[in-house]
Order: sequence, then structure tokens, then C-alpha cells
Amino acid sequence: MASAIALRGVVKRFGPITAVDGLDLEVPEGICLGLLGPNGAGKSTTMRLLTGQAIADEGELRVLDHELPGDAKAARAEMGVVPQLDNLDVDVTVEDNLAIFARLYRVPDVGAAVDKALDLARLRERRRDAVDELSGGMRRRLLLARGLVHEPRVVLLDEPTVGLDPQIRTQLWTLIDDLRSHGTTILMSTHYIEEAERLADEVAVVNKGKVIARATPAELIEMHAGTHTAEVYGPPERLTEVRAIAEGQGLAVRPAGPAIAIVGSERAVDSAVPDDAVIRAASLEDVFVLLTGEEAE
Amino acid sequence: MSNGVAARAKLGRLEPAAIAGIMSREVANFRTYWKGTTFSSVLEPIVYLLAFGLGLSATLVDEVNGVPYIEFVGTGMVATAVIFSSALPAMFGTFVKHRFQNTYDAILAAPVDVEELVTAEMLWIALRSGTYGCVPLLVTIGFGLDPAWGMLLVPFFCFTTALGFAGFGIAMAATVAKIDQFNYVTALFVTPLFLVAGTFFPIEGLPEGFQVIAQVNPLHQLVELVRGGAFGFEAVDIARFAFLVGFALLTWRVAIARMQKRLID
Repeated sequence: MASAIALRGVVKRFGPITAVDGLDLEVPEGICLGLLGPNGAGKSTTMRLLTGQAIADEGELRVLDHELPGDAKAARAEMGVVPQLDNLDVDVTVEDNLAIFARLYRVPDVGAAVDKALDLARLRERRRDAVDELSGGMRRRLLLARGLVHEPRVVLLDEPTVGLDPQIRTQLWTLIDDLRSHGTTILMSTHYIEEAERLADEVAVVNKGKVIARATPAELIEMHAGTHTAEVYGPPERLTEVRAIAEGQGLAVRPAGPAIAIVGSERAVDSAVPDDAVIRAASLEDVFVLLTGEEAE
Repeated sequence: MSNGVAARAKLGRLEPAAIAGIMSREVANFRTYWKGTTFSSVLEPIVYLLAFGLGLSATLVDEVNGVPYIEFVGTGMVATAVIFSSALPAMFGTFVKHRFQNTYDAILAAPVDVEELVTAEMLWIALRSGTYGCVPLLVTIGFGLDPAWGMLLVPFFCFTTALGFAGFGIAMAATVAKIDQFNYVTALFVTPLFLVAGTFFPIEGLPEGFQVIAQVNPLHQLVELVRGGAFGFEAVDIARFAFLVGFALLTWRVAIARMQKRLID
């Protein structure tokens, strides 16, 4: 399968900080790749590198056979970008917000493209309303529709549901899932485990500017977390004792809020997993925390 | 399949479609606030003419170089309208769009580059300022200034000057770290340029140093060109207009360079 996006050995530094540190990443056409990582992992910088808004210090970047940064403008013409921050024109109507971007993308029939985007965002009835009259969920749907107004081949979603309440998040997931089912290539950065699990065909776990693991969510879980996780609750002294026994058997243990989670608990022997432990299926969250050392959201 | 025409063609520099797209955004926004802007643009010259023109001409100054003082001030105020409707919106508007609204992040994610972005912003500000800059002249006609054919060139003079000041304002917005640093820009550049333009008094009355500054002040060149349009051009006005074109070209390139540095990491 051809690569829609290819990054090889990409490095981006901001003064003494290396935001992207030798990143290798291929996104085959037609899949949704979730870029999962903690805050500061380099996800947003990677997105900016792909739109030419940041220039790599080292490495090669290609989007749909356009070499970056030299050919970034042509690459952007075939990409849609949905930013993390709401940057809609709030005093302007919904349809004007879409029409402006249809023009910027040189869409031949602006009216038809706007109508289609309004249907996608389910905002046809609100087309003549100013953006600041819309609810938060409507604004996010509009932001997504704006990034798709030119029917791009590749879509970059930068933390598309960050800060949204669960109901709005679910609405957006439905829209993104529709997009994925139509064969659009999606690169989605997120630090929400559930988002990556639900939407991504493959997940690349990013930490400190590098991809540290990549596979389908199920494969990642199998490779790094086994089949089951045991959550043990109790006073700190008891948790310390349980942790020591589990680690003594070579099991990975991570904090899980007030509890500890023994990952791959199916491999435990004797009394490493207490009888009152809560046994559940291993999750992508277990993988994320084990690999990055960060608490999941 | 991508719907964008740009997807199938090699994209060049300074594409009219990109510039028109950005300007369409400005027009869409302008439709939401044009009434307030137009109201103040018309009222301000009236107030100034009543205060300076009628007030001073009735008490202290009757005429300057054979021109009734109210007409002297009225024609000079075109330059005031131009600098305040170009440099200030360019400074504050650009800063707000970049820093607070993240508008430029959205635009630069489309097939648009910084050169097109800056060019479109300058053109829009200059078009608006070129139009509003003519209002004081129209108000002065209302106060008794005789219309003249040369006045038809005033919108072009205003447009060209506003281009230069828009570029200046954008370059400043791309340079300052905080919005309150515009106070330095206003105090060090905008106000002195406004005062030594020859709007309210002829620069010949100023100390020699100020007269030299006035000669390199684009606003002074504009004031002289507007008065040329109203009372008769001189050969030197060609050089004045060339100066304004040069000023616009210089600030255009500086603004692009500064914005490139600010917007692209």
C-alpha cells in the first residue's frame, strides 16, 4: 500500500528543546493512524511540520508525493487540517466561514462545497447564524467541516476532541468514523486512549519526539500488556507489598489512580494477584502508561 | 479525490486566488462592523474641522500660503485618516489574529503562504484606508472647498500611502512580544509622523531638523499630493508619489520577512 505520509529521521528543535527527535512514521493511504502520546510528546509539532508551518532541522518529509517543506503548498492543497484550537471567525456566519476556506482551497463550485460541508456538520439550518451563536459542539462540527470543505485526500486531526464534554466527543467520533469509512487517510493526534482505541486502525505511541511502539490497538495490547490486568485496592502499605511480589515475578505494575494495576496478570503465579483484585481485560491504557510512564486521560 | 483545483496544478507565488480568498475573509468580517467604522470616519473629520478649522481660523489663523485655514486643515486631514486607518488596524489586527484568534494558523494550513497572506492583508487595509481617507476631503468640500479634477487622484494617493503604513503595522505586529508594546510604536513613530506631516501647520515653520524629518515622512508627501490635487500639482509631486511607492515596496518586503519569522517555526 502506498504511503500518504512518510517521515524519516525527522528532528525539530526549539532552542535547547528537541520536540521531535528522529521521528520515523509512515501512514499508508486509507487508514486512520492515531498518534497517541502525552502532552509535550511532539504530536502538535509533527502536525505543524506536515503543514509546512514548522521546518524540520533534519530528516525527510513527504505528503502524497510532495516533498516538504519545498512543496508544502501543493501538499496543503490536498490536505485538510482540523486544529486543536477553535479558530473560526466568530462574528461571521457559518456558511461564510466555510466559503472562505473553499476559496482558499480553490474549490471550483464554492456553493456546492459549502452545502455539502453544512450537511456533513448537520448545520444546514444554522447556515446564516454567526458562529458565536452556536453551541460548543456545533462549533467543533463546523471546524471539522471546514477542514473537509475541499474533500481532501489526507486529513490531519490535531487533538480533535480535546476539552470537550463526552456527548460532543461522541458526536465528533461519529463524524470522524464516517470519514474513515469513506477511505480518507487520517492522521489523528490524541492523548485520549478511548479516542485512539475507537477510531484508529493503527496506533503509534509517541514519547519524547519518537515513535516507541506501533501496531493495531489489539496487537499493542497483546504485545505489551498480555490479556488481563488485575487492579488491587487497599492502603498504601498493602499496595507496596503487592507491587513488590508482582515485580518479583517479572510482572509490570503501574499506578491506576487509588489502585495499582498488575499488567499481564494471567502470567502471575501463587499469590501474586490477591483474591480481592479486580480482574479486567488488558487495555490500551495499560500499554500507554507502561510505555510512556505517564498517567492516561 | 480532492476537490481543490490547486491539488492538480503546481502552485506558484502570489496567486490571485489565495489573495482573493484571504480578502474575502476580511470582507465577510467587515460586513459585521462597517457601520461603526464608517460612523467614526465621517464624524472625526467633522469634529476636527469644527475645532481646528473654524475655531482657529476665527481667532488666530485666517489662511496659510493663500489657502483658507479650514481648507488647509481639511486637505491635510486626509493623511491623518490614512495613517490611523492603516497603521493602527495593521498593528492591532495582525497581532490579535495571530496571537489571540489563531486565524493565521488556519489560513496557513490551506494552500496559502506568508507572502500571499501579508500581501492580501496589506491590500485589504489599503483599500479600506484609501476609501476612508477620502472622507475628510469630502467633508471639507461640504465646508466650502471647491472640487477639482486633481482630487480624483486622491484615492490612489491614499491607497499607496496606506499600503506602506499597513506593511509598517504588520511588521511591527510581527516584532513586538506583547500588545502593550504598541505604545512604544505609537509614541515613537505614529504620533511624530502625524505631527510633522504639515496637516495643521506648514512645515516651513518648524525647526530645520524637523523639516528634514518631514521630507522623509510619507505622510507629508501624501499631504502635499492631496493639496496638489485640490489646489494644483507641481512637478515635484511625481517624486513624492514615487517616494510613496518605494515606501510601500519596502514595508511590503519587511512585513513578509518579519511575518515569515513569526509564523513559521
